[in-house]
Amino acid sequence: MDASNFISQFFSPAAWTLLKSLGHLLMTPSGFFIWTTLLKSIILLAVILGLVSYTVYAERRVSALIQDRLGPNRVGWQGLLQPIADALKLLLKENFTPKSANYFYFRLASKLAMVPPVLVLGVLPFGSSLFGVPMTIASINVGALYVLAISSISVYGIVLAGWSSNSKYPFLGGIRSSSQMISYELSLALSLIPVFMIVGSLNLDEIVHYQVSHGWMIAPCWPQGMNFHTLLHPLVLWKSFSAGCSLSQFLLWIPLCISFLIFFISMFAETNRLPFDLPEAEQELIGGYHTEYSSMGFALFFLGEYTAMIAGASVITTLFLGGWSLPLIPDGSAGWWWGLINIAVFFTKIILLLFIFIWVRWTIPRFRFDQLMKLGWYFFFELAVANIFLAALLLAYVKK
Amino acid sequence: MIVHRKKLNWIEKLYLPAILGGLAITWKHFKKSLLGKGVITMQYPEEKWDAHLPAWYRGAPTLVKDEHGRERCVSCQLCEFICPPRAITIEPMEIPEGDPWRKVEKAPQKFDIDMARCIYCGLCEEVCPEQAIYLRKDYSITGLNRTEMIHHKEKLYEMGGVMHGLVFKWNEKK
Ligand code: SF4
Ligand code: SF4
Repeated sequence: MDASNFISQFFSPAAWTLLKSLGHLLMTPSGFFIWTTLLKSIILLAVILGLVSYTVYAERRVSALIQDRLGPNRVGWQGLLQPIADALKLLLKENFTPKSANYFYFRLASKLAMVPPVLVLGVLPFGSSLFGVPMTIASINVGALYVLAISSISVYGIVLAGWSSNSKYPFLGGIRSSSQMISYELSLALSLIPVFMIVGSLNLDEIVHYQVSHGWMIAPCWPQGMNFHTLLHPLVLWKSFSAGCSLSQFLLWIPLCISFLIFFISMFAETNRLPFDLPEAEQELIGGYHTEYSSMGFALFFLGEYTAMIAGASVITTLFLGGWSLPLIPDGSAGWWWGLINIAVFFTKIILLLFIFIWVRWTIPRFRFDQLMKLGWYFFFELAVANIFLAALLLAYVKK
Repeated sequence: MIVHRKKLNWIEKLYLPAILGGLAITWKHFKKSLLGKGVITMQYPEEKWDAHLPAWYRGAPTLVKDEHGRERCVSCQLCEFICPPRAITIEPMEIPEGDPWRKVEKAPQKFDIDMARCIYCGLCEEVCPEQAIYLRKDYSITGLNRTEMIHHKEKLYEMGGVMHGLVFKWNEKK
């Protein structure tokens, strides 16, 4: 206890005992839980907000490269400081409220657009564990339901913005958005039911752990018990592959693939991204529901949209792409560096998905509104319902 | 002409092949631009297209002198009247006794063009009976305030320089 003796000489004895008892309090189970959770929340929020601003930057650069342009490359090396410059610019602008707008709801709407996607991040397992602390802020048993419920709240921000602006374009944008989000909410939730039926749990942590042992949801077969040591033994390797490939696994893969496709496409509609960005179709509605916003009000909508994208990408990762897991890489119980690698794997998957989101946006033209509704109600809804029955039948056949 | 709308077969109706094809195209462009090929952006302040400006480019209006160093403008004020945004303000004066160009009678005492107003339409150049005002190739006109944006007579002559001979406006492309 040299170190503690060394530190203690800087404090009076009374203060030192107080500090020591505080330290004990922090190491009691509930005390430990509270400060680790706080620390996790703060760090995750900081990382996600950083990721959000760089997603905006990536969107601008990637779109430029796809269109044979350069994109922002002036602020800092290759324009990497552009998000900071953008934030400063938005902070310095006047936060204008139109005279005829309903002030309270007008101001509330922009906050409502930002908060739900951030709340979703609270239940997502973004890593296995670090120093024995699970890397989920709240591992709740209704995790998946919570995600769906919270993400449907985000429609309020848009509807309120459209209505309270008291102006025609935001109003049209708000109406479009509410009908679109309500329609796609349905196929979004229904498409997930086969996943829950197969895993048998709504807890996102358990869904990830299921995928660690049984293979990712979108993989038709999965090597069993493969690790670094077996890599050098071809026979063991072959056994692990053949043990993982079975008819039942393959049969269950079919409904999961359909689920993934529906969920992935509905996610585009849910986050108002092209090809479903009708609520903010610039050519028709100027800016859609956020036409009347300026400064931070606008920034909150903008950031909220990208946070929703990140939240969507992390939900897809968690449910279908194995969350933080990667074959051969053990979880955090094998050492803290593995825990860090798991977190890195999770964020890498998110970044890849974000790139696909951006890539799709700059490829596909916008749907017409009736096409959008037809796709949602006539196609995805039916397909998702049929998929549930398919999964149920297959499960009844496969169940050991 | 009648354009027949093609009946789509079920694979085409899925849209997925078309979407994947589109993604492949954008990916090709992305990869090409990432390697620095095919990017057509010009880095403006460092790279300029000045060398490619055509002879008839409509930049900032300027005043010119003739080969004898005489200011061509005779203060008829036609340009002032025709200028659509009223960017030109002229104060004429009589050329004093003893001046070698006394018989020209009038010259501008003050000739201001407010570049914050000018729309580079070129009407002043077209209307001038003395071929005294020309739109030159300067396009980057800046100033810190409105008064700095006004080009006075000295500045206009400095930018315009000397113009030899007459230009026949009815020729092809001036
Ligand atoms: S170019 Fe047109 S706007 Fe400009 S000074 Fe001449 S007449 Fe006026
Ligand atoms: S520039 Fe030409 S049109 Fe204008 S006042 Fe002088 S002579 Fe007349």
